Amino acid sequence: MEKLSIDQLNKTCSQVRRDILRMVHAVNSGHPGGSLGCTEFFVALYFNQMEHNTNFDMNGKNEDLFFLSNGHISPVWYSVLARSGYFSVEELATFRKIDSRLQGHPTTEENLPGIRIASGSLGQGLSAGIGAAQAKKINGDDKTVFVLMGDGEQQEGQVWEAAMYAAHHKVDNLIATIDLNRQQIDGLTVDVMDLQDLRKKYEAFGWEVVETKNGNDIEEVVSVIEKAKSLLGNGKPVMNLLHTEMGYGVDFMVGTHKWHGVAPNDEQLENALGQLEETLGDY
Amino acid sequence: MEKTLNTKFTYTEKKDTRSGFGDGLLEAGRKNPEVVGLCADLIGSLKMGAFQKEFPDRFFQVGIAEANMMGLAAGMTIGGKIPFTGTFANFSTGRVYDQIRQSIAYSGKNVKICASHAGVTLGEDGATHQILEDIGMMKMLPHMTVINPCDYNQTKAATMAIAEHDGPVYLRFGRPSWPIFTDSNQKFEIGKAWKMIDGKDVTIFATGHLVWEAVVAEAMLAEEGISAEVINIHTIKPLDEEAILESVAKTGCCVSAEEHQLNGGLGDSIAQTLVRNNPVPMEFVGVDDSFGESGTPMDLMKKYGLKAENIVEKAKKALARK
Repeated sequence: MEKLSIDQLNKTCSQVRRDILRMVHAVNSGHPGGSLGCTEFFVALYFNQMEHNTNFDMNGKNEDLFFLSNGHISPVWYSVLARSGYFSVEELATFRKIDSRLQGHPTTEENLPGIRIASGSLGQGLSAGIGAAQAKKINGDDKTVFVLMGDGEQQEGQVWEAAMYAAHHKVDNLIATIDLNRQQIDGLTVDVMDLQDLRKKYEAFGWEVVETKNGNDIEEVVSVIEKAKSLLGNGKPVMNLLHTEMGYGVDFMVGTHKWHGVAPNDEQLENALGQLEETLGDY
Repeated sequence: MEKTLNTKFTYTEKKDTRSGFGDGLLEAGRKNPEVVGLCADLIGSLKMGAFQKEFPDRFFQVGIAEANMMGLAAGMTIGGKIPFTGTFANFSTGRVYDQIRQSIAYSGKNVKICASHAGVTLGEDGATHQILEDIGMMKMLPHMTVINPCDYNQTKAATMAIAEHDGPVYLRFGRPSWPIFTDSNQKFEIGKAWKMIDGKDVTIFATGHLVWEAVVAEAMLAEEGISAEVINIHTIKPLDEEAILESVAKTGCCVSAEEHQLNGGLGDSIAQTLVRNNPVPMEFVGVDDSFGESGTPMDLMKKYGLKAENIVEKAKKALARK
């Protein structure tokens, strides 16, 4: 797949945000906040950084793989998968509706191209990504596995089982990312269950750690992923701490937890779309 | 006492079913390079050492972290691996139910969850480790195949068979030394019940260690002039409904026998089949809504009503209700 330029990536981000808003609005449910916050990261991966094949094969040999552990931000993933050619953009209109392949949380059950494992129950994606990375090593496949987790998700114990394992087994073909938007359902992570210093924690667990200070700046997102890639193959897994703003791109949604799992009404949708005028063609 | 009975199957050697798993895994690994092993700090208990030694690059020590092990196994299938996870039955199911549910069963992953030390015959470690609910948990999961073989030979054959089956499997076996009474060259057909002994008065449907008890019970019943049919239900899901219905159509009543809670076990599955198709009197041998405790395997089998004598008693009860 051809790498998009920074200008094209920014245009794609605008379109993906329009998709997210329209998808959750249409069914009056879903998770816009985290989806909007991670848009630059997904667009950078699928349109610039990953070597991937949109002619989907479950085993994904000799291509980069992506696993979404915090499955509730499915709208951004579905949009990016559709926009990069895994399935038709029109199918986004079926999101969360009966008989759809676009389930509330991503699944393999309906054979949606691009999805390799179900997620939604938090804490499981890093383990799966590590397993896939080890399978690549056994297969002599030198491509990379990417995993995205939420920051609240770091409260799940399985994440730390996986973190310990990846360092012990030198899984150095893996780049994990944590979406640090500092919010979770019951409020700020610092109030609900303080994550403290994740850089120090992952370093203490034996990982290389890089940090994306502005995860909503596409140039920075791209350059940090490139830096993370340069650290692969040295006996350590790599962690990218991605600082984002929940709801980024829509002024009344940004920086608040209010839009974690709430959809905009008709008026709010119009307002939001008005702030994201760049379109490559709505479905 | 058992040896003086004229049982239709006999044994000269006893061995643990977990050794059948270990030897079967080694064979499966030799046959298919995609087979990989994962273990959560119980390599010796699971008899996975020979596989580890022969295939060090395809074996992964996970440490005491079963949730991660299930996720790793699911991930390894992406890339074509056939992962066999090994830990105790308790830690293979209850501890990691959500991981199995989402990452393996719902995701349709080709993972073989291999579980030793199931049931009360684990013995002295007591109830924390003696899981009696695992069959129920696993059979409730869509896409999951559930297998509980009866002796060393059948466990070895089952282990090799599941490597060739595409889809998630729960394979349950145990710790104690147990009679080896089935053929070493048997063909293991997933989902196909095995009629071991023909009979006409009552059917005994047994799984796991209790298949041997069923063989003994048949001989005890024969001494009293009662003809029992013994069917080995090594695959609890998918259940061989045809074999079950064919047998009860002839005998008219039955007993189920399992080292598991009555709630959620093999008996439940058979009863559902009967109620839908041909409701005949049925009795149940299993653990009745109780945890286990410390003790020798045999003392526990007796205390919790899992012996041949218990099968005989329930068979007579079912017969009387005909």
